[in-house]
Amino acid sequence: MNDMTRVEMEPALRFDAPPSTSLFAHARHIVSENPVTGVAFGLFGLILFAALFGPSLVPYDPLASDTNAALQGPSRAHWFGTDQLGRDIFSRVIVATRLDFTIAVASVALVFLLGGLAGVTAGFFGGWVDKVVGRIADTIMAFPLFVLAMGIVAALGNSVTNIVIATAIINFPLYARVARAEANVRREAGFVRAARLSGNSDWRLLLTQIVPNIMPIMVVQMSLTMGYAILNAAGLSFIGLGVRPPTPEWGIMVAEGASFIVSGEWWIAFFPGLALMTAVFCFNLLGDGVRDLVDPQRRT
Amino acid sequence: MLRLIGARLMTTIPSVIGVIIVTFLLTRVLPGDTAAYFAGPAASPEAIAQIRSKLGLDLPLPVQFVSYVKALVQGDLGQSLTTGQPVTADLAQRLPASAELTLAGLLLAMAVALPLGVLAAVKQGSWIDHLCRVVATAGVSLPVFFTGLLLVYVFYFLLGWSPAPLGRLDVFASEPARVTGLYLVDSLLARDGETFRAALAQLILPAVTLAIFSLAPITRMTRASMLAVLGADFVRTARASGLSGGKVIGTYAFRNAMLPVVTTLGMVFSFLLGANVLVEKVFAWPGVGSYAVEALIASDYAPIQGFVLTMAILYVVLNLMIDLLYGVIDPRVRLEG
Amino acid sequence: MSAPALLEISDLTVEFATRRGAVQAVKAIDISVGKGETVAIVGESGSGKSVTSYAVVRILDRAGRVAEGAISFSGIDLVAASEAQMRDIRGREISMIFQNPRAALNPIRKVGRQIEDVLLQHVQATRSTARQKAIEALDKVRIARPEERYDAYPFELSGGMCQRVVIALALACQPQLLIADEPTTGLDVTTQKAVMDLIVELTRERGMSTILITHDLGLAAAYCDRVVVMEKGRVVETAEAGAIFRAPQHPYTRKLMQATPRIGMRLRDLLPEAPAPLASAAAAPRAPASAEEPPLMQVTDLVKAYPRPASGSVMARLLGRQEADQPPFRAVDGISFSVARGETLGLVGESGCGKSTTSMMITRLIDPSAGSIVFDGVDIGAIPARRFAASPLRRRIQMVFQDPTDSLNPRFTAERAIADPILQMNPPTSRDALRARCEELATLVGLPVELLDRFPHQLSGGQKARVGIARAIALNPDLVILDEPTAALDVSVQAVVLNLLQELKERLGMSYLFVSHDLNVVRLLCDRVIVMRSGAIVEQGTAEAVLGDPQAAYTRELLTAIPHPPA
Repeated sequence: MNDMTRVEMEPALRFDAPPSTSLFAHARHIVSENPVTGVAFGLFGLILFAALFGPSLVPYDPLASDTNAALQGPSRAHWFGTDQLGRDIFSRVIVATRLDFTIAVASVALVFLLGGLAGVTAGFFGGWVDKVVGRIADTIMAFPLFVLAMGIVAALGNSVTNIVIATAIINFPLYARVARAEANVRREAGFVRAARLSGNSDWRLLLTQIVPNIMPIMVVQMSLTMGYAILNAAGLSFIGLGVRPPTPEWGIMVAEGASFIVSGEWWIAFFPGLALMTAVFCFNLLGDGVRDLVDPQRRT
Repeated sequence: MLRLIGARLMTTIPSVIGVIIVTFLLTRVLPGDTAAYFAGPAASPEAIAQIRSKLGLDLPLPVQFVSYVKALVQGDLGQSLTTGQPVTADLAQRLPASAELTLAGLLLAMAVALPLGVLAAVKQGSWIDHLCRVVATAGVSLPVFFTGLLLVYVFYFLLGWSPAPLGRLDVFASEPARVTGLYLVDSLLARDGETFRAALAQLILPAVTLAIFSLAPITRMTRASMLAVLGADFVRTARASGLSGGKVIGTYAFRNAMLPVVTTLGMVFSFLLGANVLVEKVFAWPGVGSYAVEALIASDYAPIQGFVLTMAILYVVLNLMIDLLYGVIDPRVRLEG
Repeated sequence: MSAPALLEISDLTVEFATRRGAVQAVKAIDISVGKGETVAIVGESGSGKSVTSYAVVRILDRAGRVAEGAISFSGIDLVAASEAQMRDIRGREISMIFQNPRAALNPIRKVGRQIEDVLLQHVQATRSTARQKAIEALDKVRIARPEERYDAYPFELSGGMCQRVVIALALACQPQLLIADEPTTGLDVTTQKAVMDLIVELTRERGMSTILITHDLGLAAAYCDRVVVMEKGRVVETAEAGAIFRAPQHPYTRKLMQATPRIGMRLRDLLPEAPAPLASAAAAPRAPASAEEPPLMQVTDLVKAYPRPASGSVMARLLGRQEADQPPFRAVDGISFSVARGETLGLVGESGCGKSTTSMMITRLIDPSAGSIVFDGVDIGAIPARRFAASPLRRRIQMVFQDPTDSLNPRFTAERAIADPILQMNPPTSRDALRARCEELATLVGLPVELLDRFPHQLSGGQKARVGIARAIALNPDLVILDEPTAALDVSVQAVVLNLLQELKERLGMSYLFVSHDLNVVRLLCDRVIVMRSGAIVEQGTAEAVLGDPQAAYTRELLTAIPHPPA
């Protein structure tokens, strides 16, 4: 009956993971049924590649200006053209991937931890924890989210870290609510009651019965909010918050190109905007794909 | 119904309190020394201390909070350094421009999204369903400032169909007599067709930009809830009783499907009020959003704070109205109040 | 049959398009219904009985289609009829009522208006007379104060009342054929009787034909002229209601009939043949305890009270003014009983009577508001539910849950589920010892050992039920609470599970508290019976006494409400 044996035994008793073959087969089925998801996975690989290796592969230094080559349209030398300082837009767009991607991943990871934890605890235990988490979420939700993010970054100061924090905060209610609802439903489920009768403590119930079962839903939530996180960060830097010039970042590059649109130099704003759009589009499709993959109703 | 309104009003009180506390905290507690900022970069420590005590920043937080709320009740949001006007006056002057833009965007979006979502659900798997899916995914993927710029490039620079993206009226048109502050309404009231056309021409592109952005969540939710309702038992009963297709879809399915859509409108407004800031910047629209962006660039804090607070209160009010609308549709909520 | 049939289904095949190609839900069936005749279609889940009826009125969902065969209704070919023709037939010639009546009504439309919609659609009323006709329709289904009920929304009515509205809706246009798809499933037994009596009376009165679709052979035989038995999309037998019980022809009918609990049966009679003993019987069956021996569990004045949802104005609540004279709602209101060692005690009552709350308190999942639960000399009611998990008594009180699917963690294999209590409360020394114990338990409950590595979604309902039972008995408990353990199972599976439970009890010497709404099942399994209503005990005594010679009026009402198939 001592705890030592129990701890030692745990790793050997691995029943929990569903058979991986069926998951793989299901993934193949999803992709074959909806090729768009396959495209999204491909795009995601491309974005990941650009974020990891982009800076060492681009043809020009993204910060080097060349006044002789200012405001040139797309050409063989400059695929996406050059901006008012003669910087190569293609290099800047590729290099920016890492920053935008990092902001999105960091903020989603942060809110996943905080919101997920708060929501699960609130849903499972109820009582005052639930009230406090609910009140915090309600207060955040009482603001138009982008406006709140503006206020937060303006107050905390203009930095990339603060963009990550602000994006995480405005997504908090979403995560907390989903996690809370899922935990709350499962608290009364038969299998949780059965586990209670088997002598599991509250925390053990939470960790072995509740969390593994709501994890898929939270992962779907994460992939669905990635796109929104990138959009939000780019929007903030578009109005001059967070990232400062000359740092290459998609939002700020679109802002720099905005004033040239009316005079016809479309490429300065277009390519970073296109990159941003592609990334968000890819994440949204990916989110739908992951949901199909995880949704047990579609797995028969 | 009156009781319902009363009950809903009560539930907004905690939200308003929360909003006020958060905006207060955003300015007073977080890093960034307001006094040093007001004093300017060249000020001596003594001068900063003097300003601090003049602004009451050396008092304990609860005391500061009380005076903050007192000022708020009197409609005092501080002075804008950039315009030299009280923030309240600035916001009041610019709010109609933002309201006109947001409303136009929302109405446009609903006019397209509702029929599209319903048709997609009713004809599941048809081309209109696929169109709906494309719209829903593309709409949320388009950065709203990017859509705006694309529209400007195509319709102003390339085609020359729309006027320059510089505000609510071009320089030759005169502002209509102010009644509501909404140019379209005011010009109609003044029976001034020319101003109406001019205002409309300026409004179309930014409104379309906003509409494209908010189209997606409404379409998606309409389709999903319509599909759910069409599979519900009571729709089967209606079918089995021989009710006509129009009656089944219109009276039975659509009204029920609207319930989640109305709830989604809350989220849509959240998106719209945020996207408004970006669209106003792109189109140099003289609303509260561009006012806040200008203040941000000038590091002018009072207008930003006033803007955040105003938007939040406005949003709380909009949510209240959505709640009441929900109550009108759903008897279960009505009787509960 | 001499007169031409009203409805003639011949050689009907219905297909559904699925991921794995077309699946035939109904395979070449023939059914005919004569004028004024009442026909039951009986079958277990997946037999295709509902699909058949949907095909008749052509409301199959998108994936389904009639692949072959003909349906003719008073000379009209329903398969070939246009959608406009079908619309005129639905509701005016053929009506349907469904299970789950509350969901079958539009939640945000007044019930009177919903009846009007049908009347207006079939030109049975004009705008000016519609209201009056709708009220008349409500009156005909014995709804008291129909003028007031006209303005009610479904959520303001009880389940039985909603079903009456659905019946009113279905009969409003005087159709010739009524199809009732499990019209009483989910309703309490007394409501069930009232609804069925009403349907039969109204349809007889109008000379209508009725198709009753049900899984309950007893119900079918009690109310219908003829019974059609379906299995896996095929009709296996059609016969007069009396004949089907007296001399069932098809082996499936025999099995189904045998598995339906009736008066005068023993538990073993439910199974097709005498079951082989599970394994060598270890312990001799323990005789029910004598009166002198102290009971295993003694429950005294047990109460569970819930505060009423705050009503009254928001203002009053805001000011902290508590609504005066609003006593809390007592879900369980001072009940006392005992469970002897080795006995099976039945706890019977309709939904909302407090039987589930009682079982949750006894299993120590929730705390009682007052009273004591003395288990083997210890007042376990005094130990907070939150801390009971750590009590050494935890392992001695276990439970088998109502829904076998819901009670298994979808991410645990069968073995992990059975092993859970062992791991928590009596960790074995090795992995092999645990496996051996799980295999032993699986064998005991008749679960093939090779299924232990499967996940719940890979098991059948009966297999999941066995896993749940194995988990409950894993630590040799003294008392097992059975919370409607077979309510979610088909009758044939129920028969097997009930027998399994009885055998396990005899072998392991446990006591059972059997919570159920089904008196026929209680009669078979229980030594003593407690009847509950509105949180209080109405009657208790030995099973023979309570069910054979009930003293309380309510018990008698419950007993007469059970549909009695011809013996």
